[in-house]
Amino acid sequence: MLLLECPCCGQRGEETEFHCGGEAHITREGPGADDAAFENYMFERVNPKGVHLERWRHVHGCGKWFHAARDSATLEVFGTYAAATHRPPEELLETIRAKRPGFKWRELA
Amino acid sequence: MSDLSGPAPVLALGGAAFDGYVRVAEEPLRAMFTLRGDLSAKALKNAATGLAAVDMPGQGQVALNGEHCIAWMSPDELLVMTPWDEHAKALGQLDATLTDPALNYTDVSQARALFSLSGPDGLVREVAAKLAPVDLSPAAFPAGSFRRSRIGQVSAAIWMPAPGRIEVVCFRSVADYVFTLLRDAARPGSEVGLFG
Repeated sequence: MLLLECPCCGQRGEETEFHCGGEAHITREGPGADDAAFENYMFERVNPKGVHLERWRHVHGCGKWFHAARDSATLEVFGTYAAATHRPPEELLETIRAKRPGFKWRELA
Repeated sequence: MSDLSGPAPVLALGGAAFDGYVRVAEEPLRAMFTLRGDLSAKALKNAATGLAAVDMPGQGQVALNGEHCIAWMSPDELLVMTPWDEHAKALGQLDATLTDPALNYTDVSQARALFSLSGPDGLVREVAAKLAPVDLSPAAFPAGSFRRSRIGQVSAAIWMPAPGRIEVVCFRSVADYVFTLLRDAARPGSEVGLFG
């Protein structure tokens, strides 16, 4: 069971109160993109064992979207952060580096 | 916004009640308004406090005065309740106060069902805790707390106006489902003793 804290309303709840919105920080390719970039946007997802970044929505609560960093194997949640950002805050990355030395998630490490 | 010349409003379950180890009851109709916008905007604050005559609640809180209340729903949403007989007056007041198009309200009085749980404080907390994934211990959820979560499979909001009383609001379309769950959770003999 994941215990998530919504950064928008500050409520701490377990995962059934939330809904997962898939992998975080995916660049949406527009009509001008080439086939490879669009294919990557459309289909390519990582499925890591370990640190994973996802989008979540507080569906039974305030209804807002946010991001969460968690471990897909242990279900430990490292932290949650605002939806409107392209990468996790540096403090959160520091926390993950301390807990999972040498972690790599896409271009983040 | 609302047609007051139509048929008189009726409660979703006609005021159903159940006396288990706590009392579960459908509450009389209240006027309820969802206010959306920047919660720090003066006009929005004035609209809410003008209706309910209580101060603005903090995050995760409800400010109460009898049947009047303002509940903090999300960073840009409030739920304001007043007794039903103030409904028409409240509509006029909201139209007059919320003139900024970025601040708006919806009359949700007849889109919601309202239930109360009353009885010994520990048992009331326990019945709600059986159904919602929320820490309802007295330390984590003191009187005046407001929490949106789920009850069984549907969204609901839970708050504690006073020790020994919890109020629950859900969508009217699921009123029967929520009442049945609450009634089942309050069935005599199913006490857990979670909160003493």
